Amino acid sequence: MPKKFVLIATVFLFFMGAVIAPALADSYKVGAVFSVTGRTSFLGDPEKKTAVMVAEEINKAGGINGKELELIVYDTEGDATKTNLAVKKLINQDKVCAVIGPSLSGTSMAVVPLAEQFKTPLVSCAASYKITWDDKASKPRHWVFKTPQTDTMAVDAIYTHLKARGIRKIAVMSVTTGFGKSGHGELLKLAANYGIKVVADESYGPKDTDMTAQLTKIKGVGPEAIVNWSVGPTQVVVLRNWKDLGMTKIPFYQSHGFGSRKNIELAAGAAEGVYCPLGAVNVAQILPSGHAQKKVTMQYMNNYAAKYNEPLSSFGGHAWDALHLVAGALKAVGCDRAAIRDYLENKTSGFVGQHGVFKYSPSDHIGLDKDAFLMVVVKDGDWALAK
Amino acid sequence: MEEFTLTSQLFQYLITGLTIGSIYAMVAIGFNIIYNVTEIINFAQGEFVMLGGLIMVFLHVAAGLPLLLAFPLTVILVTLVGMLLNRLAIRPIRQPSVLTLIIATIAASIIIKGIAMFIWGKDPFDLPAFSGRTPINFFGAIIQPQYFWVGGFLVAIVILLTFFFEKTITGKAMSACADNPDAASLVGINVNHMVLLSFALSAAIGAVAGITVTPISLMEYDRGAMLAIKGFGAVILGGLGSFPGAILGGLIMGTIESFGAGLVHSGYKDAFALIVLLAVLFFKPSGLLGSIEITKIKKF
Amino acid sequence: MLRIRTFPIAIFALFIILFPWIARFIPGIGHYPDLMIFAGIYCLMTIGLSLLMGYAGQISLGQAAFFGIGAYVSGILTATYGLNPWLCMVFGMIVAALVAVVVGVPSLKLHGHYLAMATLAFGIIVFIVFNEEVAWTGGPDGMSGIPVLSLFGFAFDSLEKYYYLVWFFVFAVFIFTINLIQSRSGRALRAIHASAAASNAMGVNVSRFKIMVFVYSAILAALAGSLYAHYLNFINPTTFDLFFSIKLLIMIALGGMHDIWGAIIGAFLITFLSFEWLHFFEEFEVIVYGFILLVVTIFLPHGLVGIPHILKDWLRR
Repeated sequence: MPKKFVLIATVFLFFMGAVIAPALADSYKVGAVFSVTGRTSFLGDPEKKTAVMVAEEINKAGGINGKELELIVYDTEGDATKTNLAVKKLINQDKVCAVIGPSLSGTSMAVVPLAEQFKTPLVSCAASYKITWDDKASKPRHWVFKTPQTDTMAVDAIYTHLKARGIRKIAVMSVTTGFGKSGHGELLKLAANYGIKVVADESYGPKDTDMTAQLTKIKGVGPEAIVNWSVGPTQVVVLRNWKDLGMTKIPFYQSHGFGSRKNIELAAGAAEGVYCPLGAVNVAQILPSGHAQKKVTMQYMNNYAAKYNEPLSSFGGHAWDALHLVAGALKAVGCDRAAIRDYLENKTSGFVGQHGVFKYSPSDHIGLDKDAFLMVVVKDGDWALAK
Repeated sequence: MEEFTLTSQLFQYLITGLTIGSIYAMVAIGFNIIYNVTEIINFAQGEFVMLGGLIMVFLHVAAGLPLLLAFPLTVILVTLVGMLLNRLAIRPIRQPSVLTLIIATIAASIIIKGIAMFIWGKDPFDLPAFSGRTPINFFGAIIQPQYFWVGGFLVAIVILLTFFFEKTITGKAMSACADNPDAASLVGINVNHMVLLSFALSAAIGAVAGITVTPISLMEYDRGAMLAIKGFGAVILGGLGSFPGAILGGLIMGTIESFGAGLVHSGYKDAFALIVLLAVLFFKPSGLLGSIEITKIKKF
Repeated sequence: MLRIRTFPIAIFALFIILFPWIARFIPGIGHYPDLMIFAGIYCLMTIGLSLLMGYAGQISLGQAAFFGIGAYVSGILTATYGLNPWLCMVFGMIVAALVAVVVGVPSLKLHGHYLAMATLAFGIIVFIVFNEEVAWTGGPDGMSGIPVLSLFGFAFDSLEKYYYLVWFFVFAVFIFTINLIQSRSGRALRAIHASAAASNAMGVNVSRFKIMVFVYSAILAALAGSLYAHYLNFINPTTFDLFFSIKLLIMIALGGMHDIWGAIIGAFLITFLSFEWLHFFEEFEVIVYGFILLVVTIFLPHGLVGIPHILKDWLRR
């Protein structure tokens, strides 16, 4: 009998969660899922901050056709299960017009089937091309778009630069996370196209604190350049090891994950002369004045700093692009999920975003090409355009 | 650049291996001290290392205190955390069993890690090296001066602890508790105080490890778990409860890891330490320097 | 505790069956049935773990590995090779059982800390393998395209259908396990937990029973893994990390280790805390978990299920 009481008590606990839904205002609801907290909060936190800022800006300017843009943000904590639950909630419970995010390739893959199942447009802020490309059907997924550049574009940018310098033999290092493995795959796949040979292929874990073993091995092979693909503390540690081991004569290239002044700082001088491909949003100040993205990137940089009192992050730019794209569609066709999808696919040509000028089409839901990356070098502790 | 020979490579792996091995050894010594007196395996041992690094960053870098002042202050603060751990998480348990004690230390490590994440966030932090970063060339391999500090502190800790356990009354009392707590309390030794002291000592040693390693590999809030697991591997490898075993186990563990990552496959680096741990547990649980009799006498 | 009554089980079954209908009419909890699917999947694991830790007295900190093995075997064989999902599910359970034997035989000779550490190391090694073997598992980016389960043309492709499928399995396992506990084998298990030496003296083959329970818990975890994979149609290694094994531990400790109802209650509570009630804490929910674990260990060593007994004792005084 005692067990029954506990059970009934547990049952009551369920209804503890019952909340009366707020009265529906006359607004356009857009859902957002980001990894605001958790291991990958460096992605989701600036994305959420940016999305909130953009929604405020739009509403202050009169909203969308007079209606308020209501942004509903759920934190996924970088967990696939939570992302799945959150997106289902947004679509079925909160009845949003479209969803932006998630922040990660993994969590995006976890919700791509939901966009198709519930026929809701999803604009992901994650990198993997598999998010929008259905390998089995060899065409883009009908309801899914994304705003970040792909790793292929970043690798293309790096290899173009290496080829121009006449470099033929490189060493590749990568972290064993989704980001690292994706870049690693592209680096190996595209090397031959540029006449480049990969003579060393080392990897390390995201929590590793020392890469001297891997760098030592690379030193023994004598490459002409090192390309490292990681994000998080390892991309800084590897630079310090590179310098400590006296290997600075070998040019070092980072991935686009390096795009933050904080990384330069943490490297304690070891980042000097290091190259990386970055989206225009990171280098707004050094863009030439005729550059297509100069205006929006300068504006974003200033507004973000003014509102949040911290420098912008490259990843926040993806959310800026995603929300503006959806807002543009809402303005044209209202809250009709299918119409929004069609608008995004066909009418987004020439959209000037933080990470490039977008053009979606029925065969391309990524919208960017390798010109979305600029080669940048660290000079005197700050970014400079690489020659 | 001069040719980087295989010998230089091997030396490099050895040097980095011994350095990280010294850290594992310090963690292992900490495990052993608590285990010897209480037969508890403290899963939160790694968190002491993490706290040592992060608190030092706060005192020395953020608050600007000089190195000579910040170092002992950090050690004292982490020691306090260790003592709190004992008082709040271990002592209150009324019917200690292996399971409850393991769970209690796991819970404590989760809480400490969560609080560290709250205070310091998820970013890694840096400490300036104690005596600069000019590398020393040793047959083509590079030695950072900080490596010597790590090894040096390990040696200092070993000497101090040996003196403590063999020559001081308190130390001998602790050894007595380790051998037989009931007999010890019969002769008037306050076992509870000795237990508290063991946690304090372990925390202090962990803190030293954290402070000395941060200039080499930065420090962040979640470094603790893997350190604890590998430190435990070192303990088992050397023989649970054996002081020289902890040192040997730690150094061997670090070296295996370094050579494994360099010569075999770098993605599986963490797995090497774990495979060593499993191999020891399956084939010779008493470790290199431990003995089966000791493992049988212990309650757990 | 010895005789499990059928009445509470019937009430519980009724509640589970009716819940999706009820939830439709109460505002704000329309998505709860979705959460209950995960609660059910976790129940499968906690039932096995409860048997292992509560009844047989063994510690396992690596159950997430078996969860992952079931999920990945199902995922790889169905997504990459297109085999029948139900067969793959069974195959996943077989693989998990084999791994459990290989790992269990040497590990279960150890006790206490040694066993805990062995299972911990095993769990992490399996996690690293999931992460590294990109060709098989898709690596950290995960594996997608896992098909939906269907039986004779009836596809379990909606939330409601999957809900009833998962809970059908949970009840089947629950009742089976209860029968197991009340059988001769169950009594042998409890004897082993009380004293291995005495049981040995009485002729109970202690090691064989320990292995059997370990294998049983592995099989259940693999079943849970397959169900999880076919629901999300996507899996990635982070789901099967060390913290998940610890979360399972928290579920058992909170609900009550020595009672199979504790497994159900613990799974429910932690699922709802995890996906709903601790939203406020965001990533700091881990501190809450740590506190729950610590408080339960110190003050409620028999878990929530033990509360009525404590109250009874207290009232008697």
